[in-house]
Amino acid sequence: MRSFTYERASTPAQAAASVSSRQGAKFIAGGTNLLDLMKLEIETPTHLVDVQDLGLDQIERTEDGGLRIGALVTNTALSAHDAVRNDYAVLTRAIAAGASGQLRNKATTAGNLLQRTRCPYFYDTDMPCNKRKAGTGCAAIGGFSRQLGVIGISEACIATYPGDMAVALRVLDAVVETVRPDGETRVIPIADFHRLWGDTPHIETALEPGELITGVTLPRPIGGQHFYQKVRDRRSYAFALVSVAAVIQSDGSGRVAFGGVAPKPWRVAEADALLPNGAKAVVERAFQGAKPTEDNKFKIPLAERALAGLIAQARS
Amino acid sequence: MEFNAPAGRNLFDDAKIVGKSTPRIDGPLKVTGTAPYAYERHDVADNQAYGYVIGSAIAKGRIRSMSLDDARRAPGVIAVVAATETDPVGTSDYNNAPLFGGREIAHYHQAIACVVAQTFEQARSAAMLIRTDYERDEGAFDLEAAAPDAPLASKAHKQGDFDAAFDAAPVKIDSRFHTADESHAMMEPHATIAAWEGPKLTLWTSNQMVNWAKESMGEILGIDAENVRVDSPYVGGGFGGKLFIRADAVMAALAARAAGRPVKVTLQRPLIPNNTTHRHATIQRIRIAASRDGHISAIAHENWSGNLNGTNGENATAQTPSLYAGPNRLIANYIATLDLPEGNAMRAPGEAPGHLALEVAMDELAEALEMDPIELRVRNEPDSAVPGRPGRKFSDRNLVRCLHEGAERFGWDKRSATPGAIREGRYLIGMGVAAGYRGAPTMASAARVRLQSDGRLIVETDMTDIGTGSYTIIAQTAAETMGIPLEKVSVELGDSLYPVAAGSGGQWGAASSTAGVYAACVNLRRAIGEKLGFDGDSATFGGGRIEAGGQSFAIGDAGELSADGEISFGEFKKEYNVASYAGHFAEVAVDIYTGETRIRRMLAVCDAGRILNPLSARSQVIGAMVMSAGAALMEELAVDPRFGFFVNHDLAGYEVPVHADIPHQEVVFLETLDPIVSPMKAKGVGELGICGPGAAVANAIYNATGIRVREYPLTLDKYLDHLPEIN
Repeated sequence: MRSFTYERASTPAQAAASVSSRQGAKFIAGGTNLLDLMKLEIETPTHLVDVQDLGLDQIERTEDGGLRIGALVTNTALSAHDAVRNDYAVLTRAIAAGASGQLRNKATTAGNLLQRTRCPYFYDTDMPCNKRKAGTGCAAIGGFSRQLGVIGISEACIATYPGDMAVALRVLDAVVETVRPDGETRVIPIADFHRLWGDTPHIETALEPGELITGVTLPRPIGGQHFYQKVRDRRSYAFALVSVAAVIQSDGSGRVAFGGVAPKPWRVAEADALLPNGAKAVVERAFQGAKPTEDNKFKIPLAERALAGLIAQARS
Repeated sequence: MEFNAPAGRNLFDDAKIVGKSTPRIDGPLKVTGTAPYAYERHDVADNQAYGYVIGSAIAKGRIRSMSLDDARRAPGVIAVVAATETDPVGTSDYNNAPLFGGREIAHYHQAIACVVAQTFEQARSAAMLIRTDYERDEGAFDLEAAAPDAPLASKAHKQGDFDAAFDAAPVKIDSRFHTADESHAMMEPHATIAAWEGPKLTLWTSNQMVNWAKESMGEILGIDAENVRVDSPYVGGGFGGKLFIRADAVMAALAARAAGRPVKVTLQRPLIPNNTTHRHATIQRIRIAASRDGHISAIAHENWSGNLNGTNGENATAQTPSLYAGPNRLIANYIATLDLPEGNAMRAPGEAPGHLALEVAMDELAEALEMDPIELRVRNEPDSAVPGRPGRKFSDRNLVRCLHEGAERFGWDKRSATPGAIREGRYLIGMGVAAGYRGAPTMASAARVRLQSDGRLIVETDMTDIGTGSYTIIAQTAAETMGIPLEKVSVELGDSLYPVAAGSGGQWGAASSTAGVYAACVNLRRAIGEKLGFDGDSATFGGGRIEAGGQSFAIGDAGELSADGEISFGEFKKEYNVASYAGHFAEVAVDIYTGETRIRRMLAVCDAGRILNPLSARSQVIGAMVMSAGAALMEELAVDPRFGFFVNHDLAGYEVPVHADIPHQEVVFLETLDPIVSPMKAKGVGELGICGPGAAVANAIYNATGIRVREYPLTLDKYLDHLPEIN
C-alpha cells in the first residue's frame, strides 16, 4: 500500500471538487473493495476523500411513487427495507446473495456499483492486465477463464462486472444520480452506467473524474414475481458463475438481466420481449454474438437453464 | 517403554477419563482469542521488526537483476535480504523446492526477497518498490502432457497375472480419473518470529513437527541444529502444509540476522498456494474385473502425478493393496517432472485422492454387476491378511461392520438402485456410499511429567496441537495414569526444549503421543514408589491418592519429582497391517435446472480403536468430511500452463466449502480396540475422515442423475449438458 492523504468531506459538491482537484484522488465509503485493492497496489490513490459524513443514507419515496436510495445506504439496510422487500424483492434477493453479512453491513449502494472485477489476473500484479495497467496486455485471454465474460467483452479484456445488486437494479431500470465537481447534478440510467471494455478496459463506468454518486432512484414498482438466482460452485460467499434477475408478470411477460457474464449487468430489450416464448428464445437473443472461451462456454446453456427454472417457478 | 507385543488388559480398559467426551482444556484460550499464535507472540522478544516476503513472478528461469535501492531508502526500512545478494540456503530431506537464495527460480512465488521495516505497512510498501528482471525458461506444467513419458515412482506391485485374469473375466470396468491440485488453505498462514542470540536461533513458529523443523533448520542454514530452538504451541491448522520448514521461517531467520534484531514474517495469503506446498493432481486408471457373483478376480490401479525434480508424488494407490480381496493385481505409481510449485503431503496424502477414484470405480463395478455397492464390498472383504501377503495380518479390522451399521443408520434401503429415479420438485436426489481406509502408523514419542508438591502435574513434550485436541487427550492420559483429576494436569506443548514426540502428521499423533505420555507417567509412578517406598507398578493410583501395600499416600507426598519416558515400537508390528476403517455415506440433491449439487446429509461410521476423546475426534472427522466434500465438489488450484502457476491463489478464487454447503453430518465410532497399535489401543481419525466421503458424494451424484463424471472437482459445467432436457 502506498502512502496517501485523507480527508472527510462535508458536502457532496465539496467531495467532488476535492477529488477532481487532486491527481490520483479517490472517494472512499465502506472501503470493502478499495482497501483490498490498495493493499495489493492495484489501486494506488494519493488522496482519499471519505464520504461517510455526507448523510446520503436515507431511503425515501419519490413523488412518482418510486424509491430514492442514498448512495451510502448499506447493502444490509437496503435489502432489509420494507419497501424494497415488498415492491422490489429482486433487489433484496440479489443483495442477500452477495458477499457475507459483515461485508454487506459495510458495503454501500454507490460503492457496490463500482465494485471492480474479480478476474484472477487482475488481482495478480505480476501478470499483464490492460484493466490494471493500460496497454500491458491481457493474461486472461488464453488463460484460466472459467469465471470470465462471454459477451460484451473485447480483445483487450474479458473480465466481468462481478456484483449482484446492480443486476437487480438493471431489471428495475434504476437511475444513478450524481454530482460533478462543478456542483452540477445529472442522472445516468443504469443501462449506461457500466461501460463495455472496448480498448479501454481501465475505464469502467460513465462517471467523469471527480463525479460522485449521490443516490440511486427506482421507478415506481412494476409488480410481477421477483426472482434472483445466483448459480455458483458453493452455496454462499462466492461470485456468480451466472446470475439471473427476473421480474415475471402473470401473463408471462417481464424483464430479465444476467450477471457474471459481461462487463455490465446484461439485459437486452429484444430478449425481454421473448420471455413469453421461454428461456431458450430469451437466451438465444440475449447472448447473440457471444464469444465464450472453452472454459466458460457453459455459461450460456447455464443461463438458459437457470432462467427456465425461474419461468417454471413463476408458472407454478 | 518398548511396545514389543500386543497390548494386554491395562488401566485404559477401565478408564474414567480417557475415552470420555472432554471439552478442550485449551478451549477458553481459543474462544477468548488469547491462545498465542506464532505471529501474535509480541511478548517473546523485544524490538520485533516486520518482514515482508516477495515471491518470484516467473515459474522457471533466473533473476537477471534486482533493483533494491528504492526499497532500502523507503521509510522505516531496516534491511533487505535479496536473492541476488545472498548465497542459496541449503536444502533438507524434508523439502524439494529451494526455499530461498540464488538467482535460479524453480517455481512461481519462490521467495526472492524479504524487506524488513519498523512496521508491516512500511515493509509491504517498500517491497513493492523492488523491480526484478528475469530470464524466463520454458517449463513443464501440464500433467496430462507429461504423464505418458513419466517413469515409475517405485517398483510396480504385481501379483498373479492381471492381464489374463482381466481379459477372461465376465464383468469388468476400466475407468480413468483426474483429481485436482489442492491447497491446504489452513486458516492461519505460515508465520514465524526469529531471533538470534549469538549462534543460537529461536523460531516461534507454526509447525506440525517440531523436531523435524529444528533438524532441517540446521541443515538449511548450515548451523548446528542444537543451536536452534523451535516453539510452536498453537497451530491454526496445518493439514500437512506445516509438516516442514517453509520460507516464512527461513526468511525470518535470514532477515533477523541482517536486521540485527528479531523479525516476524507471515506469508501473505496470495503467496500460500504457490510459495508453499500443495496436494498434487493425479490421473488414475483403475481396472477391476469380477465374476458374475461379484468376486474380484483382477484389480489394477495406476496413478500418475508430477512434482519438482520428478520425486515425491501423490501416490493415490496407497489403500488399494489392502482394501479389497482379489488374486491378480497390478499397482503402479508414475511420477512426472513438473515445474509447478512443490507438491507434498496434504491430509491423507495418496489415500484422499485414491479413494476419490477407487471408491467410484467400485460403484461402477457394482452397477455393472447389478449388485448393491455395499454387498460388493462385503463380498470382497479380504481374509485375515493383506491379499497376497499372508505374513501381514490385519490387526483389528471392522470395515464390514462400518458399512452395515452405516447402511442401517442412513436408511440405505431407501436408495433407488436405478439412477435418476428420485425427484423432489426441482431436485434429483441420490445416495452414495464409499469405504474408507487409512493406515494407522505410530512413531516413537517421548514426554516429561513433573509432579508438583501440591499434587498438580505438568506434562512437557514437543508434541503439537494443530487444532486437533492434543492438549486434551494428553491431559486425559496423564490424569488417568496418575489417578488425579483432569484439572490437576497442565500441558505444555510444541517446544523443542521438551522431549521429542511423534508430532502431528499422518494421523499418528494421537496414538503415539499419548502412549509416550503414558510411558513417562509409568516412570513417574515408579519414581514416586522409590521415594515413598513402594512398588509403583503394582500400586493403585486414584482420586489423587496412592494405595500401596496397605499404605495410603496423597500423590503430593512425594514432593517435586520429574520423570521422562518414551514409547518406542517393536518389530512385531511388521507382521501386521494396522489401519483405520470407515463407511461413508452421502445424500445429495442436484438442481435439475442449474446442476448445482447440494449435500443433504453425510454419515461416517468409523473403526479406529479406542476413541480417546469422542468430542474432539468427532470434530476431526467432520472437518475431514468437509474437506473431502470440498475435494469432490469445488476445490481446485487452476494451473495456467503458459505461465506455470496456480492462478486462483487466494481464498476468493480457491473455494472451500462454507457452512451452507454442509448441512448435516453424523459421526459414529464403533467401540473397538486395536491391541497392535499401542498401549492405548487407539488409532488416529484425522485422515480417516477424508478417505471416502468425496467418493460417496460422487456416487450420490451419479445415483441422483445417472451422470458419471470422473474429473474432480465435480463442478456443474462438467455435466450440465447431460442433465435432463428442460423446456
